[in-house]
Amino acid sequence: MWLYAARRVLFTIPIGLGVTIICFALIYLAPGDPVQSLLPPDATANDIAQLKHYYGLDKPIPVQYILWLGHALTGDLGISIQTNRPVTDEVWRALGNTVSIATISAVLAMIIALGLGIVAATNIGGWADRLATAIAVFGVSVPTFWLAVVLVIVFAVQLGVLPATGMGSKGSNTFSWFEWSEARYAVLPIVAMTLTPLGILMRTTRASLADILSQDFIQTLRAKGLSETAVIRHAIANALPQILAMFGLQLGYLIGGSILIETIFTWPGTGFLLNKAILTRDIPLLQGTILVLAMAFVGINLIVDLIQTLVDPRIKRI
Amino acid sequence: MTNAMPGTQSAVRPLVEVKDLTVDFVSRDATVRAVNGVSFDVMPGEVLCIIGESGSGKSVTLRSLMRLHPKARTVIAGHMRVGDYDILSLSEKEMNAVRGAAISMVFQEPMTALDPVYTIGEQIAETVMRHERCSRETADKRALELLQMVKVPSPERRLKAYPHELSGGLRQRAMMAVALSCRPTLLLADEPTTALDATVQIQVLIVLRRLQEDFGMGVIFVTHDLGVAAQIADKVAVMYAGRIVEYGTVRDVLLNPKHPYTLGLMASTVNGQKKGEDIDAIPGSPPDLRALPPGCSFAPRCRLADAACEADFPAPVIRAGGHMTRCFKANGEIRPMEAAGIA
Ligand SMILES: Nc1ncnc2c1ncn2[C@@H]1O[C@H](COP(=O)(O)OP(=O)(O)OP(=O)(O)O)[C@@H](O)[C@H]1O
Ligand SMILES: [Mg+2]
Repeated sequence: MWLYAARRVLFTIPIGLGVTIICFALIYLAPGDPVQSLLPPDATANDIAQLKHYYGLDKPIPVQYILWLGHALTGDLGISIQTNRPVTDEVWRALGNTVSIATISAVLAMIIALGLGIVAATNIGGWADRLATAIAVFGVSVPTFWLAVVLVIVFAVQLGVLPATGMGSKGSNTFSWFEWSEARYAVLPIVAMTLTPLGILMRTTRASLADILSQDFIQTLRAKGLSETAVIRHAIANALPQILAMFGLQLGYLIGGSILIETIFTWPGTGFLLNKAILTRDIPLLQGTILVLAMAFVGINLIVDLIQTLVDPRIKRI
Repeated sequence: MTNAMPGTQSAVRPLVEVKDLTVDFVSRDATVRAVNGVSFDVMPGEVLCIIGESGSGKSVTLRSLMRLHPKARTVIAGHMRVGDYDILSLSEKEMNAVRGAAISMVFQEPMTALDPVYTIGEQIAETVMRHERCSRETADKRALELLQMVKVPSPERRLKAYPHELSGGLRQRAMMAVALSCRPTLLLADEPTTALDATVQIQVLIVLRRLQEDFGMGVIFVTHDLGVAAQIADKVAVMYAGRIVEYGTVRDVLLNPKHPYTLGLMASTVNGQKKGEDIDAIPGSPPDLRALPPGCSFAPRCRLADAACEADFPAPVIRAGGHMTRCFKANGEIRPMEAAGIA
């Protein structure tokens, strides 16, 4: 087990390196010259060369990569071209904002999906199953940006009970989860973020539970005189590896891919930052954000994989 | 072996009494009558073997005794008594208290009949705790004793093992430990040795037989294997298309079979057929349970069948010693070998 964990951690190193190469290559893959956009149109060739030298863009590409990687490993992702602040600070703060709502959404989605999935799987074909499945289909098929806009229109504009955008009444610095006047800013983004993973997790739960409940050993459990609750507990223990894998995937998507929701709600997370970096051609910021998000995704997968070996005794990993 | 003879008026009350058991599975497009008026008795400490081809209703009969069928789609009629329990009149809660305690069951596939993510020890202890409301420590101690009892080598280690870590034979013993954990008075065994290879099969049978004698349990044992039946049965019931067509002591049924179907089964065993292959001595295949012919359901495959056989299902005829058959041809003089088509 420990050996497996160590090996699994080692295996993420090449993946991580691959991610850094792609992030680095962004400077050259992205259309437009970042230096050009910083200078007035009538800048001389000398000005351009000077600026390139200042950002290290005149060195051979492999050298640039090694230098960049060295800095990145020590937590220095460069300076944002637009704000002149360290990229690490910007990304770190945004990541905190995203991880908090993404985790809450994923956990919320998981809890509701488990409930609905259990009800559906134990009543296959019944009305409760059909209702739960309808909720899941709605969650999976409704575009989140549309839902976000509808939520804003209904709860912020029409009813006026929740704020439409922003994070906290005086900006994200004074935001607090423990004061309703601040925390209410997170409600609509969380609801909008919860729906898709809720649908997907509910379908996974229903399908894997239904499959397990039709297996032979369930009859053995009934023949032992166990109550229906105890039988379902066994079924969930069997379905847990599959459900956990899907949960990890969804959490990863939420942390990495909430550009639309964060932009609509102007929630200052990584998605919002990414959008800003793209619009302003802030290449260091873009690089840094993508790097951190990709690493977070790799990290979540690693954790899920390790938890998997704990909950599923059938997996013999050496 | 016990002295209790089927049909003889003994002073001891049978442990199990089944009368006219009928089981229908209802679905939108058809009703399947899987068990069609089955009656039998099992005395305390007696082993009844049910034999018959695939689909003849053996497993359905066993599951009925524990009411393990899907409730919504099953209609059970008739009368079943086990000990003091009138099975069909128990509430679901009372039935659940009987399951795994007074009546327990061992299934055919030890591969799939145990929960793959719980240890053997947990699965045994769970049953003990469920029925005896004891502490985890007591239940764990019982689990260890039970594994020793079913002759699992190094039982301490096996308690912590998961099913996939055990061989088929050990898994089936673990399954038996689960079934025996609350000292049942009736053990239902649905082809418990079919999935095992021959030597392991014999070991498991020996353990089962010994425990059955020690506990004085009644056992209903379903098997395809007439050899196994001959070894462990006191009584044999032969099922065909949901009915018992021949029933009696192991001597009467296996040494002096009367029903052409039983003869066919015997002949196919004589020919050394493997399980799952077609039975040469009985041409054709079992009837469709959704649309049974009006007469004897075996008639279409029977070499002796005539117009009378196709008109009505034969009523039971009981000979001396309680040997029962349901066959018009078995009542007259038929020569066994001729009926089996071997002569
Ligand atoms: N839950 C169910 N719903 C519908 N039909 C069923 C159900 N369980 C069993 N049957 C049908 O009842 C008939 C008898 O099945 P059963 O399992 O008792 O056969 P069996 O004698 O045990 O055969 P085998 O030797 O293959 O185990 C079969 O035709 C089967 O398809
Ligand atoms: Mg069967």
